[in-house]
Parts: sequence; structure tokens; C-alpha cells
Amino acid sequence: MQIIQEALAGTLESSDLFVRVSPSEGPLELILNSEVQHQFGDQIRKVAQETFAKLGVSEGATVIIEDKGALDCVIEARLEAALLRAAGDKSVEWETLS
Amino acid sequence: MTLRRSMLFIPGSNAAMISTAFVFKPDSVMFDLEDAVSLREKDAARLLVYHTLKSSLYDGIERVVRINPLSTPYGKDDLEAAVRGGADVIRLPKTETADDVKELETCVEELERKCGREVGSTLLMAAIESASGVINSVAIATASKRLMGIAVAGFDYVVDMQTERGDGSELFYARCAVLHAARAAKIDAFDVVYSDINNEEGFLKEVDVIKRLGFNGKSLINPRQIELLHNAYAPTQEDVDYANRVVAAAEKAETEGLGVIALNGKMIDAPIVDSAKRVLSRAQASGVRR
Repeated sequence: MQIIQEALAGTLESSDLFVRVSPSEGPLELILNSEVQHQFGDQIRKVAQETFAKLGVSEGATVIIEDKGALDCVIEARLEAALLRAAGDKSVEWETLS
Repeated sequence: MTLRRSMLFIPGSNAAMISTAFVFKPDSVMFDLEDAVSLREKDAARLLVYHTLKSSLYDGIERVVRINPLSTPYGKDDLEAAVRGGADVIRLPKTETADDVKELETCVEELERKCGREVGSTLLMAAIESASGVINSVAIATASKRLMGIAVAGFDYVVDMQTERGDGSELFYARCAVLHAARAAKIDAFDVVYSDINNEEGFLKEVDVIKRLGFNGKSLINPRQIELLHNAYAPTQEDVDYANRVVAAAEKAETEGLGVIALNGKMIDAPIVDSAKRVLSRAQASGVRR
């Protein structure tokens, strides 16, 4: 998946996640800001990396996550929404998300 | 016997509500991809509902997804997310005819085959929101074996009828027609939401009316209404004592090979036994009315 435009998904409300994806040069960069970074930072990064792998995003993007205590299912959903929007992709290939 | 007293609406785009609503223990949750989600958030809500369905957050609670009508650009994508996610029930809004249900059934079956779900494992429900829908409610209720229930949806209905929500008289015919259609088809019937969330007295008054009419339950928009509703539907201690005596008498008659069930010298027939079992099921789920 190629990131071609800046895109946002999610909110800054409690239990949610706000994601900003931008095109960039070089390898994929993940910046994580979380209120629960100390306890769950590793888990959030793990879910994010798995989501990048599923969608085939490994370079050419900067992903900034502002986490407000989101559960794993919310993290996956918000990241996927932002990445699909950033790729200009309106159709979801559901097999890749399973 | 599946208890369906409370069906809590949760906007499909609201992460906070999705992450917490299970603690209120409604009988069913309804993740809404239709009216509660703005057009620009449809894609994100669909993904949020899909991943929530795949998680174990709502284990033990029936999970319903309200999709957009199939005639819109969103309906089929919503349906794919819901079926692939493992939704227990698909709620079709604005159902006007039996063909609407049949079209949905065809699409669901196609998706079940595509994603490897057992064919027939996705149930359906139809929301009736117009005069045409009410008039066609018998045909709608019998349109598919997958239908587990039909619901009256008040807001669009009163607009279609050129009236507005009031004391309930504006819904009288729709409630009775939809309820009779459901009972004739042997499926469940759900009443409208009560949107004045701070009016506990008005809510309970409406619950009393719909319970007496025979509705299985009600759509809800606020978790605070769940406990009130469950308590109103809970049987009294007197009801439970009587139901226990009826079931005991039925079991005794069966053990003794008697064709006739008697309690205190009076004959009891099968519908009374079924009704007693429903009372005990409600008591088990929410205790005795306080």
C-alpha cells in the first residue's frame, strides 16, 4: 500500500485514538504519544506494527498516534481507517484484515 | 429462550461507548452504522464495528448491527463488515416490503459463503419506519426464516404519518400491527426508543404499555434505561411462585405419563406452561421485581 496523501482518523476523546498519517521519504516512522505509554506502550506498538504488516505499509509514511487509552480493537480500526484514507483507497479488502 | 428486553443503540463511530457499554449488560447491543454516523465517518465506523465484533468485548451479549439501506452507497459495505465480523443479527432499517428482506437474505448468504461462515448463522431483523412498512408488516415478518424479530422505529414513522411523538396514541396502530405480525410469524417484536432520557416516569409509563401489549422489549439509547426496563419486565415474587408450581405440576404429569396437567384442581394447558417458563427465565435473568 502506498501512502499518497495526509489523512486523519479517530478523535482525542477518552478511550479513542487519533491517528495522523503523512507521506514521507524513507522507512516507516511511528511516533506514539500515549497517556498509558508506560504500561501499554509496547502493546500499542505491537498492534500498530501488525496493522502495518497486514496492509503492506513498510516505508514512505510517518504515522503519529495520540492514544487516549484505546483498546486493541479501537487501535486497529483507527489505524486502518487512517492508512486506507492516506492511500486514497475507498474499498476495503476484508481478507487482508482478518 | 433468548431474552431480548433491551437493545442498546451504540453509535458505530463512538469508541468510548463501544469500549464501555458492555458493562451495563443489555440483552442486545445494536452497533449503528446508519443515522448515528456522519457520511464522512462511515468508513471508520465500519472498521471500528468490524474489529469490535472480532474482539471478545461483547461475549454473552447479542450483537446486532444496523446497516444503511442496501439502496445507499454504504449498505453493502456495512453488511460485509458485519457478516465478516461475526454479527449475530443484521438490522435492516426502513423496511418497506418483503422483497427488502429477501434481498438482504440473498446478500447475507452470499457473504457467508464467501467468508466461510455457516450459512444461516446470521440472523436478520427488520425495522419498520413508514406507513407502507406497517401495512406490509405481515409479509415482512414472514419473508425469511432468518428473521428473529421486527421493530417499530418511531421517528421516521411519525414523520411519514405527518404527526409527531406525543402520548403514544400516534403509534397505537403501528405498534399493534407490527406486534400482531410478529406474533403471527412467531418472531420477536421490539418497541421504539424513548428519547427523553431524564424522564424516568414517562419511560416507565411507556414500558408498562408496551409490556402489556406484548412486546419482547424496547430499543434504548441510554444505558441508564437498561436497569429500569429489566426491572419492569421482571416478574413479581407471586408470579415466580405460581410459575414454579405450574412447571412442577407439568414435570410431575410428564413423569407419571399423564396427558392432563392439573394444579389445585384446575387443568393447565401447554400455553400456560410456556408462559410459566418465560416468567422463570425472566426471573433468572433479572431477579424479582423490586
